[in-house]
Amino acid sequence: MSMIFGVPVAVLSGQLLLGLINGAFYALLSLGLAVIFGLLKIINFAHGAFYMLGALCTVVLFDSLGVNYWVALILAPLLVGIFGIFIEYFLLRKIANADHIYSLLLTFGLALVIQGVFTNIYGVSGLRYAIPDVFKGGVNLGFMFLPYYRAWVILAALVICFGTWFMIEKTKLGSYLRAGTENSQLMQAFGINVPLLVSLTYGFGVMLAAFAGVLAAPIYSVTPVMGGNILIIVFAVVVIGGMGSIIGAVITGLAMGIIEGLTKVFYPEASSTVIFLVMVLVLLVRPAGLFGKEA
Amino acid sequence: MKLIKKILTTAVTSAMLAGSAQAAISDNEVRIGYLADMSGTYRDLAGPNGLTALEMAVEDFGGQVNGAAIKIVSADDRNSPDVASSTVRQWVEADGVDMVAGLVASSVSIAATRILEQSDKLGIVSGSAASSITNEHCTPNHIHYVYDTYPLANGTAQAVVQEGGDSWFILTADYAFGHALEGDVEKVVTDNGGTVMQKVRHPFPTGDFSSFILQAQSSGAKVVALANAGSDTTNAITTAGEFGLTQSGQTLAALLLFLTDVHALGVDAAQGIQLTTGWYWDMDEDARAWSDRFIEKTGVRPTMVHAGIYSSTMHYLNAVKESATDDTQTVRQQMMDTPINDMFAKGGVIREDGRMVHDMYLAQVKTPAESTNEWDLYNIVRTIPAEEAYRPLSESQCKLVNN
Repeated sequence: MSMIFGVPVAVLSGQLLLGLINGAFYALLSLGLAVIFGLLKIINFAHGAFYMLGALCTVVLFDSLGVNYWVALILAPLLVGIFGIFIEYFLLRKIANADHIYSLLLTFGLALVIQGVFTNIYGVSGLRYAIPDVFKGGVNLGFMFLPYYRAWVILAALVICFGTWFMIEKTKLGSYLRAGTENSQLMQAFGINVPLLVSLTYGFGVMLAAFAGVLAAPIYSVTPVMGGNILIIVFAVVVIGGMGSIIGAVITGLAMGIIEGLTKVFYPEASSTVIFLVMVLVLLVRPAGLFGKEA
Repeated sequence: MKLIKKILTTAVTSAMLAGSAQAAISDNEVRIGYLADMSGTYRDLAGPNGLTALEMAVEDFGGQVNGAAIKIVSADDRNSPDVASSTVRQWVEADGVDMVAGLVASSVSIAATRILEQSDKLGIVSGSAASSITNEHCTPNHIHYVYDTYPLANGTAQAVVQEGGDSWFILTADYAFGHALEGDVEKVVTDNGGTVMQKVRHPFPTGDFSSFILQAQSSGAKVVALANAGSDTTNAITTAGEFGLTQSGQTLAALLLFLTDVHALGVDAAQGIQLTTGWYWDMDEDARAWSDRFIEKTGVRPTMVHAGIYSSTMHYLNAVKESATDDTQTVRQQMMDTPINDMFAKGGVIREDGRMVHDMYLAQVKTPAESTNEWDLYNIVRTIPAEEAYRPLSESQCKLVNN
């Protein structure tokens, strides 16, 4: 068997594919953060909590009402998105004109409250959610066993990422969004309801997080703390990609998944820190991130 | 005259005795502090329900000992040795706490017992795994009650090797507890004629185990052992199921698994896994009876840690009652002199290093067909006798043991 640095090529290919799957999660989550920061200048530290709510919602909807996976895939992000709009309307709007640090502190506090409340209700051992029947099992690719569900995750994440990028960069609605956040007074003079646009954008970002949560529910242990663990990594991804850059968030998300996967083969102990190492290096060379615009 | 003298002497003597009896229990109150992870990773296996177990013990004891009231205080250690140290210091120096119960994360226990040693108060460690707590970190001021990494390795690893699982892949959480467990397991595997083919250390905590499971699959080892705990273990088991690890002929061995973990995984995902436990709620009549009371109060079945907290608190209060004092060394000696026979342990004994040795059990998670309800999770496969389960005193590095 041919080897690369003492690791069989087959094993390495498997790890690359897995890295891509994890990267799809990072991309989806950092995309939401990038949309919210890029358009609203809110540093959304509650993003992990919304991701957790998406997963939790999926489990609870199934346990209490028997709602299946496909319905949950739409319903859970919708419910969490509406909750996000409430948060924007009643809390974030009050500090819209204050320094960014206030939105960071507010959303961070909010995340702690949400996490604390659900820890009290559900504990931390984790809830189980079965993989939908249609995705049970997997296929032997020769170099690895690929569960069907993981293949679905990567497909779903890529479609959503591309769709979001297309909507913001290429459609009329997207141009309103970008213009509305660039110069809201001018847009209001044109008769566009900018506050509504802001609420909807925040809600959409939150929906993206919750959507990632639904995708995660069958493969990770669903606990109230699951969002906190992933959030820091996702923030690093956003910083590497360039705060607010949508294409940067997606590409960096996928790339970091792969780098992390390779680290797990060559030096597993460093796999949780390698992304931060990359972040330091990138910031030294390009302070605005790989795809960010210099201020 | 003689009679008056006799009456006076008797009166004075009994007054003095009464006075000394009162003084024997400091402040005329026995104060117990419950310190545990109330909100983090170890919340479900100890946490608030451990406090309920403690309260049940105090209630069953009658709420007072030799006329002195029993008072409970509690705090969240947030799995931080710093928080634990300052809380315990406050408790023993300012609040007059006599005994600290709970104590889950090993780092927290080691920090807390150091403070207890300085102020000569008692600690009963119920949740921690590290066997070093009664080895190099032993003190004359604490007792390690429920289990430790030594029988975990001894029980599960030995059973698996003897069943023919002679080549091992060990996946280890990269911190003190994982390293200790990995070392203990490797010794047991090689002593029993097996080989450890590969060891991989993963960061603590890890969310996604797919890469590690893939490595385990390609290693070709017969046994994939998990030297980790809590959500790391449950995540690894779920991922192993998803990637068809056991279907492809490998055996999964979880070295530390609590009832709450198995409950969270469900029998579908966890069926067939072997594990070592210090106690199981359905293992005999006494255990069942106590667990029925516990589930009525908490809504969940107790883990071995919950049961251990109840049992050790009872044992402590009995010792205070018997010795008529809350003086640490007198009570500890009394606890060592009295064997433990209750719903938790039969014939349990506290050794001079502070280790409570009792029978341990090798259990196997039931299949969905065998399990009759959500908490009907284990078959007890074998009893591991106390003397076989724990590190023998002859190998001890504890300063209290004369080797």
